[in-house]
Amino acid sequence: MLLQRRFEEKVAEAYALGKIGGFCHLYIGQEAVGTGAISVLRDDDYVVTSYRDHGQALARGITPRAVMAELFGRSDGCSKGKGGSMHLFDRNTNFLGGHGIVGGHIPLATGVAFAIKYRGGDQVCLCFFGEAAVNNGAFHEALNMAALWKLPVIYVIENNRYGMGTALERASAINDIAERACSYDMPNEVVDGQDVFVVREAIARAVTRARKEHTPTLLEMRTYRFMGHSMSDAVSGTYRTKEELEEHMKRDPIEVLRGQMEEMGDWNDENMTTLDNEVREVVEDSWNFADNSPEPSIEALHENVLVDTTSDAEASAAVAGD
Amino acid sequence: MPVITYRDALNQALREEMQRDDRVFLMGEEVGVYQGAYKVSKGLLQEFGEMRVVDTPITELGFAGVGVGAAMVGLRPIVEFMTWNFALLALDQVVNAAAKMLYMSGGQYPMPMVFRGPNGAALQLSAQHSQAWESWLAHIPGLKVLAPGTPYDAKGLLKSAIRDDNPVVFLEGEMLYNTKGEVPEEDYLVPIGKAELKREGEHCTIVSHGKMVLVAMQVADQLAKEGITIDVVDLRTIRPMDVDTVVTSVRKTNRAVVVEEGWEFCGVGAQVADYIQRECFDDLDAPVLRVHQADVPMPYAKAIEKAAKPDVRKTIDAVKRVMYLES
Ligand SMILES: Cc1ncc(C[n+]2csc(CCOP(=O)(O)OP(=O)(O)O)c2C)c(N)n1
Ligand SMILES: [Mg+2]
Repeated sequence: MLLQRRFEEKVAEAYALGKIGGFCHLYIGQEAVGTGAISVLRDDDYVVTSYRDHGQALARGITPRAVMAELFGRSDGCSKGKGGSMHLFDRNTNFLGGHGIVGGHIPLATGVAFAIKYRGGDQVCLCFFGEAAVNNGAFHEALNMAALWKLPVIYVIENNRYGMGTALERASAINDIAERACSYDMPNEVVDGQDVFVVREAIARAVTRARKEHTPTLLEMRTYRFMGHSMSDAVSGTYRTKEELEEHMKRDPIEVLRGQMEEMGDWNDENMTTLDNEVREVVEDSWNFADNSPEPSIEALHENVLVDTTSDAEASAAVAGD
Repeated sequence: MPVITYRDALNQALREEMQRDDRVFLMGEEVGVYQGAYKVSKGLLQEFGEMRVVDTPITELGFAGVGVGAAMVGLRPIVEFMTWNFALLALDQVVNAAAKMLYMSGGQYPMPMVFRGPNGAALQLSAQHSQAWESWLAHIPGLKVLAPGTPYDAKGLLKSAIRDDNPVVFLEGEMLYNTKGEVPEEDYLVPIGKAELKREGEHCTIVSHGKMVLVAMQVADQLAKEGITIDVVDLRTIRPMDVDTVVTSVRKTNRAVVVEEGWEFCGVGAQVADYIQRECFDDLDAPVLRVHQADVPMPYAKAIEKAAKPDVRKTIDAVKRVMYLES
């Protein structure tokens, strides 16, 4: 979580310097959700997420170097510099992408779970999206099919209270959005998304249900974003007050975890400083790596539009994700 | 004449038409409290209230359909898409409902509505957020498709679109919002279906629309220094297309280059080239050339993104080729 925080602080710096461009959505404040959730997964499970994907990519084990290089638009980036901030992909860790169209990737998660069941596997697919996406048709269609066909998928709503500048209450007819699962007779829970242990436990329950019973789950993680919607949005703007933001920042997920670890008696300020220094070095290294990575060549512009393989072996390897 | 931004020109058009006709309302994501994702609707919520400036959930298919329903029973909706990339989710309503309603109902249900928002690429937004949809939309009978490139045209055309009793697709540009131009204070309309000769020359015609008009104008400026003068035809309306203006120009210059933001295959330029070959076959001194986005999804990395986009240099090259000059 600390790595994600320091990494994204650096991302903000790089953005200001013009090393990163386009839309760039920070995860700061929400780290416990992705970290807790992904920590429960096995290596052969799958993760699909939205454009707010830096933290989850790091939590899944994509190297800071590969993520930073992607953000810098370089050829060593995890998507070879073609995707950028919103489209981090990594086949090695079964990280099936950051996706830019709100709600668009939710059916993909259902499809991944369909493929798992189809092949008789016991993996699960974890799908992250914001609370504003639950108003979108794709969400409902995807959940209905997952429940109907009993697919091993866990839908994680990251309820950070806002979709851009629109508060949850101004966009959804019900405020307890986990209840949307009731229409599909799907297990659901509201979870404290600022407490990484609570997140882990809820995900673990859902993962067990998915692996053992092929039952999908909808989890509503209550969290908050400490930054603007994207780098082009003010931190607190017309739609939320500074006071509200400050109130929520009191439950910084990193501080919550630190408190818990101190209480457990195996953590102190000195440990924290050491860790922080280590993390800062890793981040610094990722910056240097990204900065020195070559830009994609002009030939790369035309690569990857289509593949030219057609063999069955290759097609099934693509399905297996290996 | 006041010089204002494209954004403010659109804002004025919305305000004036909403003042003029209380059946006109604006609906879309972040149009109210947030004042518009690109601030085009700034101040409208304060002036017209929440019944007429409606913030929607992120439900493009749903609210486009709400617009169609409201139009069927007498309102005049303006549906804003945060960008046209997201309008893809609503195309069923735009194409299967709005575009066909009048025809399917044997003329009983006109669709006096506007679908508007930014179209085309901005900077480094990569594949899912950098797309120009005009050829898709212009393919559909039953829609009018407008793509103004200047503040003057933006205001005049938006007002015409709102007053039109047909479904109008109105394509703006994120990179256009801050551009400036003269816009008169008094009420005026720009007619739908009329192109404009934005620059007169004699050696070659450049046909373009939307943001690419700015590229065409720069090309004309640069080539003028080399003694090459260009007729710049700004289509302004893509459908119905003002073929006469294009043809008149090409009959004079005998050469044409078509510039568009979208992809080549089945693009707007293909349609323009088709009209030209039919109407100006004997007038042409060279094949019609096209400038467009590279045939790939838009990449993120800066240098290859630039290489993928149509620009001044590529357009100058095309002009020189139709003139059989070294570039
Ligand atoms: C279909 C679609 N409509 C609009 C947008 C523009 N947009 C990007 S993010 C966003 C808000 C999404 O909010 P939420 O789902 O709560 O996720 P968060 O950003 O809070 O993580 C909007 C409106 C989009 N990307 N896709
Ligand atoms: Mg949100």
